[in-house]
Parts: sequence; structure tokens; C-alpha cells
Amino acid sequence: MRLGRGARITLGAITVLILGVIYLPLFVVGVNSFSTSQSLSWPPPGFTLEWWGKAFRSAGALEALLTSVQVAVVATAVALILGTLISLALQRFDFFGKNVVNLLVILPIALPGIVTGIALNNFFRTIMGVPLSIWTVVIAHGTFTIVTVFNNVIARLRRLGTSYEEASADLGAGIWTTFRLVTFPQLRSALFAGGLLAFALSFDEIIVTTFTAGQGVTTLPIFILNNMFRPNQAPIVSVIAVVLVLISIVPIYIAQRLTSEEGQKR
Amino acid sequence: MNTEVPAIRLRGLHKAFGATTAVESVDLDIAPGEFFSMLGPSGSGKTTVLRMIAGFEQPTAGTVELFGKDVTKSAPFDRDVNTVFQDYALFPHMSVLDNVAYGLRVRGISKKERHAKAREALDKVRLADFGERKPSQLSGGQRQRVALARATVVEPKVLLLDEPLGALDLKLREQMQVELKEIQRDLGITFIFVTHDQEEALTLSDRIAVFNEGKIEQLGSPSDVYDHPVSPFVASFVGTSNMFSDEISQKLLGKPGQHSIRPEKLEVAHANEKLEGDQSADGTIADVIYVGSGTRLIVDLDAGMRVTVLEQNDQSYVADDERGARVRVGWRASDVISLGGSK
Repeated sequence: MRLGRGARITLGAITVLILGVIYLPLFVVGVNSFSTSQSLSWPPPGFTLEWWGKAFRSAGALEALLTSVQVAVVATAVALILGTLISLALQRFDFFGKNVVNLLVILPIALPGIVTGIALNNFFRTIMGVPLSIWTVVIAHGTFTIVTVFNNVIARLRRLGTSYEEASADLGAGIWTTFRLVTFPQLRSALFAGGLLAFALSFDEIIVTTFTAGQGVTTLPIFILNNMFRPNQAPIVSVIAVVLVLISIVPIYIAQRLTSEEGQKR
Repeated sequence: MNTEVPAIRLRGLHKAFGATTAVESVDLDIAPGEFFSMLGPSGSGKTTVLRMIAGFEQPTAGTVELFGKDVTKSAPFDRDVNTVFQDYALFPHMSVLDNVAYGLRVRGISKKERHAKAREALDKVRLADFGERKPSQLSGGQRQRVALARATVVEPKVLLLDEPLGALDLKLREQMQVELKEIQRDLGITFIFVTHDQEEALTLSDRIAVFNEGKIEQLGSPSDVYDHPVSPFVASFVGTSNMFSDEISQKLLGKPGQHSIRPEKLEVAHANEKLEGDQSADGTIADVIYVGSGTRLIVDLDAGMRVTVLEQNDQSYVADDERGARVRVGWRASDVISLGGSK
């Protein structure tokens, strides 16, 4: 398709503007992590690596990082297993209430985090009588990480169709053998992409986490929020933010590469 | 017919998808070693019958017997039948060799043995050197043969083929038809072949079941079905036919009821020429279509219908067949097929 010169310039300018609004603040954070100012003043008065050194020696930050990784890994594992099972159920079998289940599975991703957070908080403490801990965070994260795996896997199952599974059954393989030898190998990249997204979502989640984390359970985003306005901590927070951005880029990039490669293969 | 136990016996087979009936009370016996075709337009129920034999669909009513054993309720992996799928369904993540060895693998046969057998099977379909490739690196015809090797390596008693040649181009299709027939003769097992291509069915089969709207419209040998169609549907679906309505039959044949006659049974003569047939009608040539081995003449009969005549291109017969020329179309009364009751 060809566009006129005027249209091209206008559209280009709008694109630059919007991307600028999204990415300039991130750039500022990156610059601040090297700034000699402690209060994020602009422009930065000087350059220093002090904060990077301090951040990597800060016990609180490292512990928070570890907590976040633990939560994200378990929430992703839960999502992979449950997300795959539910997509198989919804895509390959017929049962009563199928459409309702489908809707209920996808819904959590659209629910406001604050609603999910308050609801779960209430549910855990007053109804179940379970003390908040790292596990309550994992369960809470599971409510929306399942969706990312589910979406990826069900789309793949739909595209694969049933003929490979039928061919496998036809050649004598039972249901589990078929899953192990035929279905799973073809779901692998969808699971990887869905898992990476689940990990990224869980890793930087803050609202639901705030309401479901037990005493002393501090994930990285919560650590940042707590330290943001403390004196002398702001530049360290900037360092952590930069690290978070870098960690988040990798899985998103890989997931996108995977999905587009798959798309080209077919 | 045969006194031995049929390879496949279908009794009162019925399949409904919601409110639509796909297959209606099909009774069928298919003998061991038979090359049997199920022919019909799309939506006629032939593929659904095949899928019920394979076990992918459960019949709403009726039974499927395999060599005398009722398998109606058995899962696909518990039936001694294998399928060559329309889209081949080769596993894309496995090599060609692993694809062919798959059925042996799930039966717990050692890697060495199953690979040896798979190589043998690939050799039979002339793909011995392609074992290490992925299915995506093969052409359509090669994939077809891999699918055939994969389904036959486990030595099924019955092989089901669901429009296996549908995706191939004409040349390849004709070549594969010959190969299929040879493989079937070699293996000596029952082939059930689903197709919408009447020529394919006529060429390959020992017997043909012509499906229409979920029912078997006619069951018989290729020549039965072609030379003695029992209904207007079969007459027009299998080969081309000139259909005489009740009214036209009265005028041209002097008897009531529907009739048909094949284009190659008609001949055309100009005013001064003599016809071999004992019946004839006058008409005007509407079109002349050269089709290589023959010439197709479209003639508007004065009686009020259009017929197609197929002339072999064996004589110097060309020049004076022109649009608008007056001709006589003749045929033998014995070549006219009666399709029964007046409608």
C-alpha cells in the first residue's frame, strides 16, 4: 500500500510522539540510576556508579528479587499445568457448561487487580482462615497467569486440529501416549511463550500482591514502592527499575520471536 | 455372495449430528481382500461412514463388525484398521522414518526392529532415501506414500483411505492410482477407499457404493454402476449422462419413464450419412468442443432437449461439424438405460 507524503509524515510523527511518551520516562529512570543526585533531580548533576554498587549489596533488594523469582516460578509452573489441562478440556472435549467455564477462565485477566486483591484477601483471611504468606501470593498470581498459558495453548490446539491425534490413535496409541508423543511436542513452543508471559506478569505484579502477601513477604515491586520515597533510596530504586526492565524485555522478546517463527512455518 | 466372514459388516448404521442426519441406515458387507470404494458428492455421508469404521465417530445407532467381532464401542486404537488421512496427518515434528515407525513404537517394539521394518516399508513405496527428512521437506506425492507406508507397516486387516489422492495433481493422481492398486494386490488386505471422483472409483474398485444424502444409492461392480445405474442420481453422478425426462422419453423412445444414455453411445450423422443405431432424432449442433482424444458435440434436439455426444477422434471427421449444422443423432435402443418410474 502507498501513502501520500503528507500522510506518511503525519503518521510517522504520531508514532514517534507516542513511543516517546512510553519510552522517555524509562530512559530518564535509566539516567537517574547513574545520577549523583539523591532526589532524582533533573538534569542529573553528575555521573556515578555508586547506586549500582549499593543496590547489588542491598540485602533487602536481593531478598525481594529472590522472593519475586520464587513466586513467579511457582505461579508459572501452576499456570503451565492447569492452563494446559483446561485448554485440552475446552478444545478437545464436549461437556455441560463448557462456554461458561471458558468465560470464567479468561475473566480474571480483565478484572481490576484491586478487586481480585481485596476479594482474595477477604477470602483467605476471613473465610478460609489461612494466614497470608508467600503461598497466598502464588495462588493469587495463578488466577491470571493461567490465562496467558491457556490462551497460547488453546490457540495452538485449535490450529493443530485433531487429525494428528486421530492419526496417533489410529496407529494404536492410547490417550497418554498420544499426548506424550504427538500433542505435547507440538505444544512446546506455545507453552514456552505462554510460560514466559506468565512469568513476566507475575514478576512485576503489585496490586494483587499487596493484598495477598503475608508479613515479611516482599516482592521486588513492593520493595520499590516501599523505598521510593525514603531518603537516600531513590537512586537505588532506579537501579532496580532498570534491572526489572532488562529482565522483562528478554522473555517478551523471546516469546514474540517464537510466535512469529511458528507463524511463518505454517 | 461370499460365505466367509466379511472384513467389515455394517448393520443399520446411523449417524446424526444434532438435527442433521449424516448417515441413514447403512447396511454393508465388505469382503476380505476387496478394493471397495465409497463414492459420492461431499456431504453424502461417505466420510462419516469411514470415520465410524475407524472409530473416530460413534454411530447414533447400528453396529460395526470387523471380521465378525463387534467393534462399535471400541476406541480407534483397539481396532485392527488403519487410516490414510486426506491431509496425510504426518507428524511434523518427527522424521519420515519415525513417522512410519510410530505404530510399531506404540506397540513397544524395539527401536532397532521398528526402524528396520519402517525402512522396509519406505523402500516399498520407493522412498528409501527419505527416512531422515521431515515431512515438510517432501512433495505432496511423497507425503502420500509416507502416509501409506505408515498405515500399512502395522499390518492392518483393513486399510481405510479418505480421499487420499484429492490433493495431488492429475498426473500424479493417475500414477498413484496404479500404485495403490498394486500395493493392495501385494498386501492382499481390504481397502476401503472414499472418493468423490467417479473415474477414480471406476478404475480402482472391485465394488462401489454410491452414496447420496446419507444412504447407499447403488451398490455394485464398476460396470454395474456405470452401465446400469438404478437412479437418475447415479446416472448423472457416475460419468456423464444425457437424461431423458418422461415427456422426452415419450416423444423419442415411445415409452414413459425417465431414461438416460451415455454420450459415447450416441452418434451423429449429416443429412446424407447412414446411422448404425436403430433410433434417432433430428437436431442442430450448438457447440463443438475438442477434448484431445475425442470431440464433444452439443446438439439441440428438435424434441426440446440438449444432448452431449462424444465422438472418438479416429477418422478424418472434423470439418463439417460446425455450429448451426443440421444433424441426426442416433443410438441403439439397447443402450438406453431405464431409470424407472415416471416422475
